[in-house]
Amino acid sequence: MEMEEHFFRHEFGRIVAALTRLFGVNNFALAEDVAQDAFCRAMETWKLRGLPKNPSAWLMATAKNRAVDILRRQRTARASQPELTRFLTSEWTLVPTVEEAFSTYAVKDSQLRMMFSCCDPLLSEEAQIALILHILCGFSVKEIAQAFMSSHAAIEKRITRGKKILAGSTKLFDLADADLPARLSSVLQALYLLFNEGYHGSSPEAAVRMELCQEAMRLVNLLIEQPALVTPQSYALAALMYLNAARLPTRLDGSGNLVSFFEQDRSLWDHNLIAEGQALLNLSASGTELTTYHIEAAIASMHTSAARCEDTDWTQIVSLYDMLMAIHPSPVIALNRAIAIAQLDGPERGLQEIHVIHDLDRLSSYPFYPAALGELELRRGNYPEAKAHFSTALSLARNPTERNFLQRRIDTCKN
Amino acid sequence: MTEFVYFYRGYEAPASPEEMQKKTAKWMTWLKDLSDKGHVKSLGEPLLPVGKVVKGKKKQVIDGPYAEAKDVVGGYSIILARDIEQALEFSLGCPIFEDGGSVEIRPFGQLD
Repeated sequence: MEMEEHFFRHEFGRIVAALTRLFGVNNFALAEDVAQDAFCRAMETWKLRGLPKNPSAWLMATAKNRAVDILRRQRTARASQPELTRFLTSEWTLVPTVEEAFSTYAVKDSQLRMMFSCCDPLLSEEAQIALILHILCGFSVKEIAQAFMSSHAAIEKRITRGKKILAGSTKLFDLADADLPARLSSVLQALYLLFNEGYHGSSPEAAVRMELCQEAMRLVNLLIEQPALVTPQSYALAALMYLNAARLPTRLDGSGNLVSFFEQDRSLWDHNLIAEGQALLNLSASGTELTTYHIEAAIASMHTSAARCEDTDWTQIVSLYDMLMAIHPSPVIALNRAIAIAQLDGPERGLQEIHVIHDLDRLSSYPFYPAALGELELRRGNYPEAKAHFSTALSLARNPTERNFLQRRIDTCKN
Repeated sequence: MTEFVYFYRGYEAPASPEEMQKKTAKWMTWLKDLSDKGHVKSLGEPLLPVGKVVKGKKKQVIDGPYAEAKDVVGGYSIILARDIEQALEFSLGCPIFEDGGSVEIRPFGQLD
């Protein structure tokens, strides 16, 4: 029997959440220690004896036993969450309360509450994402630093500060709290950014990026599975993730080279994800609020529903970009809009649109801005200009994959 | 075939759940391979890195496994090999070396 991919990582997130509920957020370090201990025991035992019949139950049982020991001996219960103290100080209710905290329902609930706790408004978005990855997804500081191409020290600082903020409260975020709607939108934003880091991020490793997307999807699923939390906005975010993730397999070719969107083999898109994404998009179409998630999901769906690139409804896509610019203008969105306009009305129109983008300087280190200029000049047959733009893009490339791709575009200009 | 014990020494907790999973999988693959070839008499048992040591004429009691972390026995297996050379050869694939640990190979004493 083999372990599922990232089994330890996912179980770690579940167990830490359950333990935090029992010990109180102010005792988060203890929850982490107990989880770490359970996982060390699992590793030491399984590596010689092989996997138990139910590895997940084995880990939970180990963590539960340790939790009962600690709560009984050290009477940490006194310092734990007020909501549970009563049950943890009495020997009659201690074990059933611990059992209950590890039930499937309670674990999911604790994970959700933990996710909301991690999105504390006192923390920057970067810190919220780092904390979510660390606590709910079991990533180490080193793994987060690698995924974000960031320094170990910077990530460590974010996480340490995050944990300090968490430890400031005793209870996990209460889903009945009046702040729920505001906090929910921070959670959605953090998951959106996590997904985007995977989708567009700077890590050179396709596998790492795929993992970040998958983690974001796993967490958004927790949200939409909980009837009390699901909103049209959450459905829209989930739809956007599914529809974009469906295209992940074709972004790199067999040799690990980046493939231009227009040249991707659409038969390799994940059609199950497309179907699920489309269903989620339909579910998101209720209520009165039209969010950026809705529009981005709709754009993604325009792409996934076109069998061939030539079949794409660019008129519709341009108008969706117009809506996006109206709600949430940004230079990257403006750039994508210009590219869509070029598809519809030709490269000259696209270039004109690029030149009038506000805050163009904010794109000055973004390699796909000069690359877009290069692409459009190339289509006009202006090889020297195209080559110059691609060279600028090359100098901004963030990893070998991007460098390779841009070098190949430069080579195209020689013809 | 002669029986040998592998004592696995040296214990280093991997830094992340993902690394733990990879490590666990490596060990399982290594032992399964030896086992499939009929060279494992017993997978043995893991030993937790806690315990007591009773020592000397005064029977002094010390907490913990006495030795330094790199020398602590973390488990054992019983291996079947032609001779100690072959037992040594089989040990070379053990993932413990990646963590700076060691495998001590010992033949059983014979009665006859």
